[in-house]
Amino acid sequence: MNERTVSVKTAGAVGGLDVGAIRRDFPILSRTVGEHPLVFLDSAATSQKPNQVIDAEAEFTRHHNANAHRGIHMLGEEATQAYEGARATVARFLGAPEPETIVFTRGVTESMNLVAQGWGRTHLREGDEILITEMEHHSNIVPWQMTAAVTGATLRYIPLTDDGLLDLSQLGSLLTERTKIVSVTGMSNALGTITPLRQLADSAHAVGAIIAVDAAQLAPHSPIDVQALDVDLLGFTGHKMLGPTASGGLYGKSDVLESMEPMLGGGEMIHEVFHDHSTYKSAPFKFEAGTMPIAQQVGLAAAIDYLDGLGMANVRAHEEEITRYALDRLLDAGATVYGPKDASIRGGAVSFWFKDVHPHDLATILNEQGVAIRAGHHCAQLAMRRYGVPATARASFYVYNTKDEVDALVGALDHAQAIFS
Amino acid sequence: MALDDIYKEVILDHYKNPRNKRELPGAELQCHANNPLCGDEITVFAHVDGGAVAEVTFQGAGCSISQSSASMMTEAVTGVKIGDARGLAERFRGMMAGDVEPAEDEFGDLVALKGVVQYPIRIKCAVLAWDVLQEALDGAGSASGAQPHTV
Ligand SMILES: Cc1ncc(COP(=O)(O)O)c(C=O)c1O
Repeated sequence: MNERTVSVKTAGAVGGLDVGAIRRDFPILSRTVGEHPLVFLDSAATSQKPNQVIDAEAEFTRHHNANAHRGIHMLGEEATQAYEGARATVARFLGAPEPETIVFTRGVTESMNLVAQGWGRTHLREGDEILITEMEHHSNIVPWQMTAAVTGATLRYIPLTDDGLLDLSQLGSLLTERTKIVSVTGMSNALGTITPLRQLADSAHAVGAIIAVDAAQLAPHSPIDVQALDVDLLGFTGHKMLGPTASGGLYGKSDVLESMEPMLGGGEMIHEVFHDHSTYKSAPFKFEAGTMPIAQQVGLAAAIDYLDGLGMANVRAHEEEITRYALDRLLDAGATVYGPKDASIRGGAVSFWFKDVHPHDLATILNEQGVAIRAGHHCAQLAMRRYGVPATARASFYVYNTKDEVDALVGALDHAQAIFS
Repeated sequence: MALDDIYKEVILDHYKNPRNKRELPGAELQCHANNPLCGDEITVFAHVDGGAVAEVTFQGAGCSISQSSASMMTEAVTGVKIGDARGLAERFRGMMAGDVEPAEDEFGDLVALKGVVQYPIRIKCAVLAWDVLQEALDGAGSASGAQPHTV
């Protein structure tokens, strides 16, 4: 719906992005913390939103608001068009064959629960196995524990190597004909690791299993083509990719989606309701019970337009360059980095421990210098335990971050060292 | 930290040179808890004698706020009647809620933690040791009241 008003690439700019122009689209980046300019290095938790997204959401609410798929009136039609237009935009962005392969959800947590319940509870029974990894976010662990408890299926884990990669050396014994589903992150939010999705998809399919992907981190930071990857299901979350909170969805191959049960029952997902049973619409609509976050999905489409305008290959190149720079500087400064040290095989979420300063203390001290990082276990306690740390500090980068901001981070580390030494 | 430098020094002093940080063999009261947000861990051991906290020690790992608070707590409640220790815990919590203005003679070094009120997410770190102490004094033995639900 929105015109693309995105920055053009200028020669010589880092990774082909004109970061100066991009930053002007994000009003929040001009805030200060005390007398320090805000250095926002926490986009892996949630990204900031450009004016184009803020405006698209507000424009919908101001001039086109109505419930989608319900009202037989002008606004109802406009809302339905905007909502379904957003679905088509998402499908194009992910390389999906058609809009109907995209289920809107309120984010990846809901998407993975939908997979674990809607697929898991109808396809799994005792003796079956679910294979996930030790680097998963809790939203791709806990739903499977719940499903395993209900179905009697067994949950197994792909372990991690010392340098933060999936240890696939024992894959042959972990992935067998007992395995019915592999569910794996595309990019770890705690370690930055990019996983070999096509290889895992082929291995899963070879034993008759399907593969589901948590793309909460991958979708914002890397081009994705669900057909080239041959994944069966893929969840993503809008607020980490410049979009509004409560936007996001689940891609699924048509036959896989059709074989799933809805997780929520209610309005708009039914075909007909009788006293003793109901019939459902076909996918994706049978999964979208009740009033959805319509303005938010419209905002997500604007975010995708913005990212498309930049070009996802350029986004990836920019982040790779800034991550490489950050890894060099952090390691130089004496930080211990958890996860791969090679920027070409990882994303821009860099977990580290600086000397013996606890991550919580570090985050508080950095905040005093205007630098916003995350400290904690990043909802990935299995990965933390694997590397013997209760928590890490994490700096993460996106399209609007600069090397100067990496320098600000490293400069602020000196400050922490001065206090704690 | 925007905490005044003197307070910062008190906190760092307790963090780097924790008081009473050891196990207490034969302690009749012992209680453990952790703060899953950041992995802070505290175990409190106490000997009770004649209705007073005769000796109290702790073990743990975590950030400067949680660990210094534990260290200060052991100093503040040693030799104190159980009822008074509970009262101090209550008032400490009040200070961290911003409701109680700390009296220097009662609070001692603990006043240094007052600045943490500016960082709401870190108040949990400061009160962790006190939660464990109260739990130990209640004689409950195991960590914080309700057992976590297991799936
Ligand atoms: C890898 C990964 N999976 C899942 C999630 C959960 O996302 P949301 O809270 O948007 O559902 C996150 C975000 O924290 C994440 O980084």
